Amino acid sequence: MKAPRTTAHKCAIPVCRMADTPLLRVRDLVTSFRTDAGILRAVDQVSFEVPRAATVALVGESGCGKSVTALSILRLVASPPGRIESGAIELEGRDLLQLPEREMRAVRGNAVSMIFQEPMTSLNPVYTVGWQIMEAIRLHRKKSRREARARAVELLGMVGIPEPATQVDAYPHQLSGGQRQRVMIAMALACEPKLLVADEPTTALDVTIQAQILELLRDLQQRLSMSILLITHDLGVVAENAGHVVVMYAGRVVESAPVSELFARPMHPYTRGLLDSVPRGKPTANRRLVTIEGVVPDLRDLPAGCRFADRCSLRVDACVLDEPPASEVALGRVSRCWRALDVQPSPEQTRDEAPLRGAGSTPPPEEPS
Amino acid sequence: MSGGDKELFQPAPAAAREESVDPEGVGSSGKPRTLVATERIAKYFPVRSGWLGRGGRFLRAVDGVSLRVRRGETTGLVGESGCGKSTLGRLMLRLLDPTFGRVVFDGRDVTHSSQRELRPLRRRMQIIFQDPYSSLNPRMTVREIVGEAIRIHKLAKTRADEEARIVELLVQVGMRPDVMDRYPHEFSGGQRQRIGIARALAVQPEFIVCDEPISALDVSIQAQIVNLLVELQERLGLAYLFVSHDLKVVEHVSHRVAVMYLGKIVEQAPAELLYEQARHPYTRALLAAAPQPDPERKRVRLVLEGDVPSPIDPPSGCAFHPRCPRIVKGTCDREIPPLDETARGTGHRVACWNPHT
Repeated sequence: MKAPRTTAHKCAIPVCRMADTPLLRVRDLVTSFRTDAGILRAVDQVSFEVPRAATVALVGESGCGKSVTALSILRLVASPPGRIESGAIELEGRDLLQLPEREMRAVRGNAVSMIFQEPMTSLNPVYTVGWQIMEAIRLHRKKSRREARARAVELLGMVGIPEPATQVDAYPHQLSGGQRQRVMIAMALACEPKLLVADEPTTALDVTIQAQILELLRDLQQRLSMSILLITHDLGVVAENAGHVVVMYAGRVVESAPVSELFARPMHPYTRGLLDSVPRGKPTANRRLVTIEGVVPDLRDLPAGCRFADRCSLRVDACVLDEPPASEVALGRVSRCWRALDVQPSPEQTRDEAPLRGAGSTPPPEEPS
Repeated sequence: MSGGDKELFQPAPAAAREESVDPEGVGSSGKPRTLVATERIAKYFPVRSGWLGRGGRFLRAVDGVSLRVRRGETTGLVGESGCGKSTLGRLMLRLLDPTFGRVVFDGRDVTHSSQRELRPLRRRMQIIFQDPYSSLNPRMTVREIVGEAIRIHKLAKTRADEEARIVELLVQVGMRPDVMDRYPHEFSGGQRQRIGIARALAVQPEFIVCDEPISALDVSIQAQIVNLLVELQERLGLAYLFVSHDLKVVEHVSHRVAVMYLGKIVEQAPAELLYEQARHPYTRALLAAAPQPDPERKRVRLVLEGDVPSPIDPPSGCAFHPRCPRIVKGTCDREIPPLDETARGTGHRVACWNPHT
């Protein structure tokens, strides 16, 4: 799903691409929830862009606001208790937040569609998969039942369901987890969306099935030249599928960068910590992983300074006093850290030379106490 | 039981050529090195099907597995959902009764021990569950959760002893002792998992089955829990059966690793050997399928086709043959490959007719 060098079919000249506006631009999005303990901002001043025919990954741990950001884009945040307070979500220059619900409905499942983590709970168990795909088609396109059915069969074939002409009449429970996710994808692609929002699309799947689904998404992206906003917590999935990465922490975007630059040189200590805590390469002799000590702050009781400060190894006084702004620290890179340039690359990057377990003497980069 | 059933319950002879329980004999401490072992163990669950649920079919969750866990060591058990890895863990603890085969704990055959006879052994074997949200009783305080087993096994003489022990356990798992009177819902997933670990440690076990202990946790919290488990192992000499679908984490914590597919072990080796020189095509596929957090790495396109077949009606011969890129027609689809050592003394076993070299 990596962004192709040039979006050839649209405009072959790179200059033209420079002038191209991004497909999606999220600006200063704030989404809050009313709770018993007061109002909490699950998404707080989040800004990022998704270029055409590219994959942008939205990364973070549970509760960081990545899924709420996704739901906000489609205006699917349950209200109450949720509310999109401010900001703009521009799809091809048109602010989705300003649309009346009627027009928004014409966008959902059409120009923008979404797939979810658990395909069993997102499919209706009492209708056949064909019926559900046909519903998506006929909602947005003037097509007869016969045409819609033919299209459903075609879509099922496209997403790799064996014998689509038969399986179109299957009920969700008759399919395996991987096949259900394929059906979800078929449904999402029914109207050839420009943007596919994929919220943890493979988290519930086994690793060999995950590989199949990701392969399918990469392939479909190329064929349909759609953009994908990939929401995940898995840095492996990010590295292999995204062109650009947006890292979220406690409702904020803390870092945003092209994928290879982010992995080679993180510019936020949280990103660095995330990269370190994924076991890579040879295990160290003492079998320890590098951790980020502590826990995510409570969104109802946020510190005045940087939200990552009390877990951060680079903390200085300024971090506790003032929250750093999101600033452009390098070309195309944004970081919300006072010491963005002091963040060192993850030593795990040089892991291939690391000695074998038991044979080596190299301690892990940061010994957790 | 009818004659037909008896036939069904015979273990597959090819898969049964196994090591004896403890070929390495006695360790330096004078005790046998193997703490827990299963011998050709199997668990078949009856499946309701056909008229009035009388299909007489069985789901072969575990099918003739021999596995050993040594004192103070971690044996990693990997495989995809439904391969039988959790069932095997529960068989080892005698939480499930095997359909056939034996469980040996500390040199003693416990396959047919009654619950009463098992009671003293229960102290020595424990389990940590995947979901710390559903495995702690929401109506009990931390004190009650951790203290329950201490009381059942009468491990504390007085109230004060019990209290001191609970404090000690909480400190051991990295929690402040003043949380004792709080309820599980007040804690995050990582902290709940720590409480679950404290509960398991309360009876001073020697063997713990860690059943996907970190799968439900966030990345940064996973590392904390993994480190805690490794630390506790070193300090207390615990033996773990570490059940997980995450190969990378298993590599990190395990001394030995076994890979399961459809109820059988397909490959088994010391950890570094398995990850460096995987021989079974399924192990290779699993390793290749796991996404690598390295954007510069060229993706190896080794995507396995199809889904895991049903354990109710497993494929003939090698259960992996319908998905296998190295299938030998006429052999793989007919005969079950034995789990044989690749070279004597390496401890690397592979069940494949056409393994990688």
